[in-house]
Amino acid sequence: MSDPREATLGTAAIEFIPESAPDAKAFLAVRDLRVHFPTDDGLVKAVDGISFDVERGSILGIVGESGSGKSVTSQAILGLHTGTSAKLSGEIWFDDKNLLAASEKELRALRGAEIAVIFQDPLSAMHPYYKVGAQISEAYLVHNKVSHAEARKATIAMLDRVGIPNPAARYEDYPHHFSGGMRQRAMIAMALVCQPRLLIADEPTTALDVTVQAQILELMKDLAKELDSAVILITHDLGVVAETCDSVVVMYGGQCVEKGSVDQLFYEPEMPYTWGLLGSMPRLDRTRQARLTPIAGQPPSLIQVPKGCVFNPRCRYIDRVPGNRCKTEHPELVETTTKGHEVRCHIRPAERRQIFDNEILPSL
Amino acid sequence: MTLSTDLPQPSAAEPQPSAAEIAGSNALLAVDGLTKHFPIKHGVFFQRQVGAVRAVDGVSFSLNAGETLGLVGESGCGKTTTGRVVTRLLEPTSGKIVFDGVDITRLGRSRIRPLRRDIQMIFQDPYSSLNPRHTIGTIVGAPFRIQRAPTEHGVKAEVQALLERVGLNPEHYNRYPHEFSGGQRQRIGVARAIALRPKLIVCDEPVSALDVSIQAQVINLLEDLQSEYDLAYIFVAHDLSVVRHISDRVAVMYLGKVMELTDRDTLYAAPMHPYTHALMSAVPVPDPNKESRRERILLKGDLPSPINPPSGCVFHTRCPKFREVLDDTEREQCTTVVPPLELRAEGHFVACHFPEVRADIAAAEDEGITLSESPDATPGEDPAPAEH
Repeated sequence: MSDPREATLGTAAIEFIPESAPDAKAFLAVRDLRVHFPTDDGLVKAVDGISFDVERGSILGIVGESGSGKSVTSQAILGLHTGTSAKLSGEIWFDDKNLLAASEKELRALRGAEIAVIFQDPLSAMHPYYKVGAQISEAYLVHNKVSHAEARKATIAMLDRVGIPNPAARYEDYPHHFSGGMRQRAMIAMALVCQPRLLIADEPTTALDVTVQAQILELMKDLAKELDSAVILITHDLGVVAETCDSVVVMYGGQCVEKGSVDQLFYEPEMPYTWGLLGSMPRLDRTRQARLTPIAGQPPSLIQVPKGCVFNPRCRYIDRVPGNRCKTEHPELVETTTKGHEVRCHIRPAERRQIFDNEILPSL
Repeated sequence: MTLSTDLPQPSAAEPQPSAAEIAGSNALLAVDGLTKHFPIKHGVFFQRQVGAVRAVDGVSFSLNAGETLGLVGESGCGKTTTGRVVTRLLEPTSGKIVFDGVDITRLGRSRIRPLRRDIQMIFQDPYSSLNPRHTIGTIVGAPFRIQRAPTEHGVKAEVQALLERVGLNPEHYNRYPHEFSGGQRQRIGVARAIALRPKLIVCDEPVSALDVSIQAQVINLLEDLQSEYDLAYIFVAHDLSVVRHISDRVAVMYLGKVMELTDRDTLYAAPMHPYTHALMSAVPVPDPNKESRRERILLKGDLPSPINPPSGCVFHTRCPKFREVLDDTEREQCTTVVPPLELRAEGHFVACHFPEVRADIAAAEDEGITLSESPDATPGEDPAPAEH
């Protein structure tokens, strides 16, 4: 099904852009992505209509709790759902190519070379029987027509760049010889050895200690800048987002509930779920609160998504919306008064800001 | 437990402050010079001990009734092992544990059992700490049966009251663990721990497997139960912000040793140990402006091996101060002399030859107050005018 569009794009002049192509042509543009898994218990709507852009040289954070659809989104970008029972719809535009319509062969050429991924657990992401160096140079050999010696040289240079001491000797080590932090460095080396233009980091520091996390985040930021790559950082830690990202997508129950720049999200959040996240974390940078403000209840089931706003069963502010609309009508993702800041909430914007200033901010 | 002669003996010569010195003498729990070495053996028949993992290496602290002591540190620093030795789930290699006036260090099996009523544990992983084949009623009722504890209206009524207390539906008595979410499972673990009204609960990373919004629910529950039943907690965690929230006093551990031990506010506002500085500065705070202004102390490399820990101060191999500030004679001291955990200020114990107060921007208490009032002192960046 991709052929007609691909052909048009390939032959036509630049000004001829198909209507469905993203307007401003972001480097990576995800449009209305849906990933549904049919199961015996019903249809699991893991991702249900998510859109975002990432530009080269910028870092997008996707935040959410477990089961909010963060990782499924990244897997969809990598085309990892092909051949499974998953039902995908929407568009993922990467460099004028719709990845959802691309063939497995095209995707294989992109994976590793153009789009790379860093997984959460480097021990299970690496093969225990192969040497670390061999695993990294394999990625290089697949995408470059070079000799093994050259691949080895590139790998050692990359290992050196990610801060592994004595890289030539460590090339011969097996993954279990490496400590957690070093394995994650090796993972980064593996991801970046082909100088990808898009890097997806799926909870890259969750398994690491804070001191090592600081090193790894620093390294990722530096390398992304060096290669001018676009980065998608998936995390549940708002602190990591504040430290690394330029813009943020907050996901809840498979949907994007708030989207904006980091400043908008941390200083003027408007979605009650984002308030809840900020309120439930104990913070080192504030006076110690006597009590945390948790979000009541449990995350929703993705099979029976709540009617109306997906957050309404846990929201403390549904009485602020007249006519019980939170429970009956699904709110759209609407831009607030500030550009680029989108919120999915029925509460009127002025009232949202008032609630945040008067009720949320003082208790943070 | 037999130890062969070539085992490096626990550093008994090091002057460590006694537990009584660290807190009042009427402490609920006093731990003194506690060590736990896991032997490494070679050979098939005559297993020769070739070394030991010094998981806990001379830890002293004490805990009063109703108090929370936080144990923080990176993975492999011995915080979990300390918790397990204190509950006697592991045998201590040496040292002394006094609980409620009784020396429990070497108590035998039958004598330790009644003690389990008073010392309970909450585990990190709510998935593996509940038997999948037992109903919730059986799991939470187990302490009553094992201890043959008398109940007023029977075990079932007692268990249902407990379930209700921790925020679960008492009607779920007959359900199995897999029917519950992670947060609910952790509540079941809490219900089991408080069943016999213990005096001390060792919480081993009780919230690190949970989502942020659920974390706060469980933390609040633990705090409520503490004030209700006058529980003492040893709260083992790697998350410094959670530890700060829940603890009264905090011990920072590194390679089996306590590096700094003081009350919560002092530790976070005026930490003295270079390791604490580094640890604190590495915690990302959810505030982009503060993040960009922050000076981060990056520690180089990884934790050294606890089998063969560095000489002198165990932290000197990664210490930024050792690397950048100290001169050669001072360095000599760091590499040869083990710094004792010394009283450096009121109630503030530090194990460092050259401690110095250094507050991180994120942890500075006063700054925190001003910043929380208006997120940005810088004009133009203030969100208030931009909004209206």
